[in-house]
Amino acid sequence: MSAYTHDLVIIGAGPAGMSAAVTARQQGLSVVVLDEQPRPGGQVYRDVTKASPAVARLLGPAYRYGNALARRYADSGAEVRPGSLVWDIAQDLTVTAQQANLSFSVRAPQLLIASGAMEHPSPLPGWTLPGVMNAGAAQIAMKTSASIPDGRAVLVGGGPLLLLVACQLLRAGGRIAGIVDTMPAGNRGAALPHLPAALGAPAMLAKGLGMLGTLWRAGVPVFRRAEDVRMEEADGSRRVGAVSFSSEGRRQRLDADVVLLHHGVVPNTQITRLLRVAHQWSDSQGCWHPAVDAWGETSLPGCRVAGDGAAIAGALAAEASGAIAALGAAVAVGRLETGKAATLAGPWRARLSRQSRIRPFLDALYRPPAWLIDCADDTLVCRCEEVTAGQVREMARLGCQGPNQTKFFSRCGMGPCQGRMCGLTVTQILARSVGRDPADVGAYRIRAPLKPVTLGSVAALAEPDRITLPPAG
Amino acid sequence: MFKPIDSRAARQLPTVAIHIDGRAVRVAAGQPLATALLAEDALPLRYTAVSGAPRAPLCLMGVCFECLVEVDGRRNVQSCMVEVREGMQVRRLNGAPRAGGMV
Ligand SMILES: Cc1cc2nc3c(=O)[nH]c(=O)nc-3n(C[C@H](O)[C@H](O)[C@H](O)COP(=O)(O)OP(=O)(O)OC[C@H]3O[C@@H](n4cnc5c(N)ncnc54)[C@H](O)[C@@H]3O)c2cc1C
Ligand code: FES
Repeated sequence: MSAYTHDLVIIGAGPAGMSAAVTARQQGLSVVVLDEQPRPGGQVYRDVTKASPAVARLLGPAYRYGNALARRYADSGAEVRPGSLVWDIAQDLTVTAQQANLSFSVRAPQLLIASGAMEHPSPLPGWTLPGVMNAGAAQIAMKTSASIPDGRAVLVGGGPLLLLVACQLLRAGGRIAGIVDTMPAGNRGAALPHLPAALGAPAMLAKGLGMLGTLWRAGVPVFRRAEDVRMEEADGSRRVGAVSFSSEGRRQRLDADVVLLHHGVVPNTQITRLLRVAHQWSDSQGCWHPAVDAWGETSLPGCRVAGDGAAIAGALAAEASGAIAALGAAVAVGRLETGKAATLAGPWRARLSRQSRIRPFLDALYRPPAWLIDCADDTLVCRCEEVTAGQVREMARLGCQGPNQTKFFSRCGMGPCQGRMCGLTVTQILARSVGRDPADVGAYRIRAPLKPVTLGSVAALAEPDRITLPPAG
Repeated sequence: MFKPIDSRAARQLPTVAIHIDGRAVRVAAGQPLATALLAEDALPLRYTAVSGAPRAPLCLMGVCFECLVEVDGRRNVQSCMVEVREGMQVRRLNGAPRAGGMV
């Protein structure tokens, strides 16, 4: 067991990680923040410190808000290690990361995982064709390189982020040929009982209606209750050329140069699965959550999770849960009394509950359609190893009870992405096929390295004193 | 497949020269390699080892591994997770063997 290098190690410099770093520093903890990205911001405030004023204006005030947080973070006195990919964490909370192709370890009595979310996979026929991307990816291109799809874009799916990306693309001068809305008819009815609570968050509801209004005024065609969505290759081009689907009983086909998929965001549980902490299945969001207490602590003592990596609640909630987890860490290392921590956490908890009011409504309204899981047998589920939904179902018929068995028989989930893109789908297809709850079917076992690292990088661990890390910041 | 939001502003930005399969191109500095490849229309980035199907970036945030290319002789680099650098040598992986490099 190695010695402690810091009081608190934070993985991720999104709103949750940055806010936790600021709060922990205020309580006098020594903090190191590791993030794979070259600059702070996470997904929501990606490159906010670098974006041109024109791009920042176009992305809106909710994006620009991140600048002030990034400034507080830069001034917090936390040790910042951008470009550090965390690839292993031991049960004693030793964190191993790689920066500039050299690995190094840090260890603290408290670890905060603020590694965020990813977009829900959208396994649809043709979704591997070049030109088919996630909607969030189009937003990342706007943030990191001030670029947008060239030609006609078609958006497929549903959810607040889909609407936001559509509006941002329009403002940036993009051409949207249509929105293929996959929200099933039943979702509205299911969301209705949650509307009164959502009315307690009028600003958020107004923002949503505003986005719908923007799209309507721009004359963007919206195809409702779309089903049987397929991406088609443009003849011999090796890329997507059209999207076909049925909407309200009619078969439709839209020409497209780029197709943007989105079915909500889900916690990226790769790190928490590696640590084998307890997870719960959320039926409404179709994803796993690491189980955490009121201070963000998981079933592994000292290990906390905050932000969208714990539960999807958005950027402002991530900032709050990051601060609360940092206060919990300060108490645990003896720098803060419990009573004082409760007082300091009060305003953050109030913000959390304000931000959560609208969630049950959004979750019900934008619940991914069941047909995404009951997809045609020839749909590729595992993009890396090219395993189809039919093969997974066949393995279930042959007696496979969980994702680790199907992995063994088919390599499903064993490709370079390590099951990030197929894990949720495989769990749900198996659950459906064997008639059990996803919570019983379970998830892939995740092992280090979380991403491929070279032997040369690992060798650096043996001689830590000889490494001069590139300067932080 | 991608274009600048404001092409006039884009022309004023600092650029770096990168080489895509030996072809030199100037791209805006300070961006991920993947978005530069999208803007250069250098697609597909690779063909799969299993069926030889063409692939290109899906997530741009490091989770899908569809954007793997060779960078300065290193195979299977996630092009969405590295920034363009002056003189960077990029090779698309045509029919590459299974992604290796794991310890
Ligand atoms: C593509 C995308 C776009 C989004 N856009 C918006 C938006 O415009 N508005 C909005 O309200 N919400 C958006 N969201 C939702 C978003 O999840 C939250 O609002 C917010 O980003 C959550 O903050 P966070 O701090 O929990 O995580 P994030 O902001 O995601 O930050 C997590 C950080 O952890 C780092 N990280 C992850 N794994 C590792 C590792 N192994 N090693 C080192 N570093 C690691 C990442 O590089 C990242 O910087 C988006 C989500 C996605 C996936
Ligand atoms: S585009 Fe998904 S990992 Fe790079």
